[in-house]
Amino acid sequence: MKLSALQPIRRANSFRSPSSAPLDGGAAPSDGPLFRSPTAIFWLLLHAICCLVSLALGFRFSRLLFLLLFSPSSSPSPPSPPVLLLHRRPDLPLSPHPPTPFATPNATGSRVVVGRHGILVRPWPHPNPTEVMRAQRILDCVQREQRLQYGVKNPRPLLVVTPTYPRTFQALHLTGLLHSLQLIPYPLTWLVVDAAGVGAASNETAALLARSRVPVLHIRFSGRMPLRWSDRHRTEARMRLQALRVIKERRLEGVVVFADDSNVHSMELFDEIQKVKWMGAVSVGIVAHSGNPGMVAPQQLSKEEEENSPVPVQGPACNSSGQLAGWHTFNSLPYVNKSATFIGDGAMVLPQKLEWAGFVLNSKLLWEEEEGKPDWVRNLDEVGVNGEEIESPLDLLKDASFVEPLGNCGKKVLLWWLRVEARYDSKFPAGWVIDPPLEIIVPAKRTPWPHAPPELPSGKVATSQDPLEKRSSKTGRSSRSRRSSRNKRKREPQIDTHI
Amino acid sequence: MEAKMWILALFLLLSLLFDGIGVRAAELNRKTERISGSAGDVLEDDPVGRLKVFVYELPSKYNKKILQKDPRCLTHMFAAEIFMHRFLLSSPVRTLNPEEADWFYTPVYTTCDLTPNGLPLPFKSPRMMRSAIQLISTNWPYWNRTEGADHFFVVPHDFGACFHYQEEKAIERGILHLLKRATLVQTFGQRNHVCLKDGSITIPPYAPPQKMQAHLIPPDTPRSIFVYFRGLFYDVGNDPEGGYYARGARASVWENFKNNPLFDISTEHPTTYYEDMQRAVFCLCPLGWAPWSPRLVEAVVFGCIPVVIADDIVLPFADAIPWEEIGVFVAEKDVPKLDAILTSIPTEVILRKQRLLANPSMKQAMLFPQPAQPGDAFHQILNGLARKLPHDEKAFLKPGEQILNWTAGPVGDLKPW
Repeated sequence: MKLSALQPIRRANSFRSPSSAPLDGGAAPSDGPLFRSPTAIFWLLLHAICCLVSLALGFRFSRLLFLLLFSPSSSPSPPSPPVLLLHRRPDLPLSPHPPTPFATPNATGSRVVVGRHGILVRPWPHPNPTEVMRAQRILDCVQREQRLQYGVKNPRPLLVVTPTYPRTFQALHLTGLLHSLQLIPYPLTWLVVDAAGVGAASNETAALLARSRVPVLHIRFSGRMPLRWSDRHRTEARMRLQALRVIKERRLEGVVVFADDSNVHSMELFDEIQKVKWMGAVSVGIVAHSGNPGMVAPQQLSKEEEENSPVPVQGPACNSSGQLAGWHTFNSLPYVNKSATFIGDGAMVLPQKLEWAGFVLNSKLLWEEEEGKPDWVRNLDEVGVNGEEIESPLDLLKDASFVEPLGNCGKKVLLWWLRVEARYDSKFPAGWVIDPPLEIIVPAKRTPWPHAPPELPSGKVATSQDPLEKRSSKTGRSSRSRRSSRNKRKREPQIDTHI
Repeated sequence: MEAKMWILALFLLLSLLFDGIGVRAAELNRKTERISGSAGDVLEDDPVGRLKVFVYELPSKYNKKILQKDPRCLTHMFAAEIFMHRFLLSSPVRTLNPEEADWFYTPVYTTCDLTPNGLPLPFKSPRMMRSAIQLISTNWPYWNRTEGADHFFVVPHDFGACFHYQEEKAIERGILHLLKRATLVQTFGQRNHVCLKDGSITIPPYAPPQKMQAHLIPPDTPRSIFVYFRGLFYDVGNDPEGGYYARGARASVWENFKNNPLFDISTEHPTTYYEDMQRAVFCLCPLGWAPWSPRLVEAVVFGCIPVVIADDIVLPFADAIPWEEIGVFVAEKDVPKLDAILTSIPTEVILRKQRLLANPSMKQAMLFPQPAQPGDAFHQILNGLARKLPHDEKAFLKPGEQILNWTAGPVGDLKPW
């Protein structure tokens, strides 16, 4: 097969010398009866032997032999014997640098040889870590230069406002947000409003924030985070207002971003908000199905839910001339019966009509006695007092029509709103580290967690503190813990673990 | 009085000095840099007024009818010959008086005989060219005057005027004998190769400018891909064992770097091909069956530094564009060390190359826009022709002298077309 594949390509090479013709396979000898002269028989036999050897070796042995025997010493060495060096030898240059074998009338001799070349593979064709780091540095340099030339000139510092409170998933969310903020190329200050209360819990947030490489302002909030989602939304609004008051008192300068700890932000968001003049709005994608996917099977979704856009988006709506014409808000009607009511409920968490995360403002809007401050914004001291509830930053304004739509007039979704919380009674060790390690680990036969909802509004679910039942923190769904308990059953002795 | 004059002179001198420094400093901070090749700063030269071109009127069987038979010729990478004809017809360098012309152009579309797949077959091209030359030599006296030394032809096929797609056959045929004295405008360029004669003008292959413009992304999108390439590594149909196609260089790239996270290389052709090139720092431009490829044009237009892997290649407009400063050249034997070579380039050099590529005159010189714009590839060809003027006295034959042998070449070429 190989010979026949080689032949049509190679036939041109027979041009080089007339006496090579009898050795080329397939070139019929043009002379008369061969079987008479002994020399012809000899050549034929030699040809047959060469063919057999070629078949065995896998390349055109006859050519090689001919070249070695008949080529004069002064002529250049032939092009490489047609052997694929795939995966065998290290960089042996199989294409040597002789001049081209074709007699060109006026060429002085090219380094490039026509014909089959070996495929050069180095002995360890895998990435070298030093080189990967160097390439990374090159990429960083190139991107920095790009930002210098095409990015935002004179970037303003950012003031990131995050309400948080100690809970199972706080470490997860805050670390994620922390890493996002560390990637931002602009100077920023992170204002973390912490509804921790007193006790050991109040240091957990501080412990997480200690790892931060961005400057953090840890603001303690005097209330506790309530259990109902509706109350929680209101408390969060109050926490944010407190952060805004701090900004006003200290006259911090920059663009205020409301980054909730469980939201997902794209880096383009922070480039886009540099364009805001006074107050801007971006489109927020809502990932509302944060409930157990196993509980809401796809075929149970009603027709109208499927007809809705696959991901609801909140944000500014523009008219054809690019000016703010209205708002896209979240339509909560399809989900009314299935939404979560308290934190840690297994159902979907719904956002409010307009989430705080979709708005950014220039901190100078909050300062008092600031020249050039527009008159359509209320004084911050008057907001939130006397039991007034703030639902969205639009309540800070007297006139909402001056908000600037960002992100290509709201067509680009720059951040994703998400609320994921562990089950209300989940327990987790401080700092997510069990120290000292557990001595007894007992497999659970079935989920021990009761399905009865907790007492609302105040608090704690009573769970038994049986010392035999210490288990590492997992917010498992009932099916999952059952599965793991089945696996562990094979290894550990059976101990009944009822509650 | 004299002292005052000296002071004034000194002041003027100093102000000029500071001005010069200021201008240079301003240039350093700019996004682009001026391009000066070995012929000088010639990318922005205007050829109008420097030469005159006479376009022969050939019967439409040489051009229009061929194009009518297959309109795909307008979009494939050999379309330069058709667009050059159209450009010259309406260009100010065209003259209707052949006596005052410096250059003569023969509009014959030799690369328009396409297979169903769209690849041009060169088997009839030599006969077509020969027939066209016979026509112009009998109907006009200008061919016989110089035997073609002041004529130019656009031959954008794989190996130029050798008229074959296989390199060995092309070398065997050599350049068509009748074109021995003419100037060839071709895409193929390799040093010390039969199919590149001295004095040829190398041009970029045709790439559709509107299609590329339609896929531009904002320039502040960070370049996060280190090396990018999309194309074949093994041509299984024509070279099943490998080693022939691309002289084994593409296969070597695949075998060495398929597991390397810095190299985004594959044979899949995505819809975001142009967008991805704009997000890459280096774009590989290895040779294929012929050393040139439209990837060079795409890399230049999208600001991606071309990494040329083709020994002895002659790049387009090599005297006007300093390719050594713009691209990276890697010898075929050094392909296994490609990652080491690319990561060891100092960052200032890389930034400078990107600034040179960002120069709009660089991008313009690689394109064939319709209608023609100043500084584009058409104008660079005319500039190249203008730089070859005036013709030296050997171009014009004495009466009765004949150099070309009209019966030279393979027998099959002599058949009429």
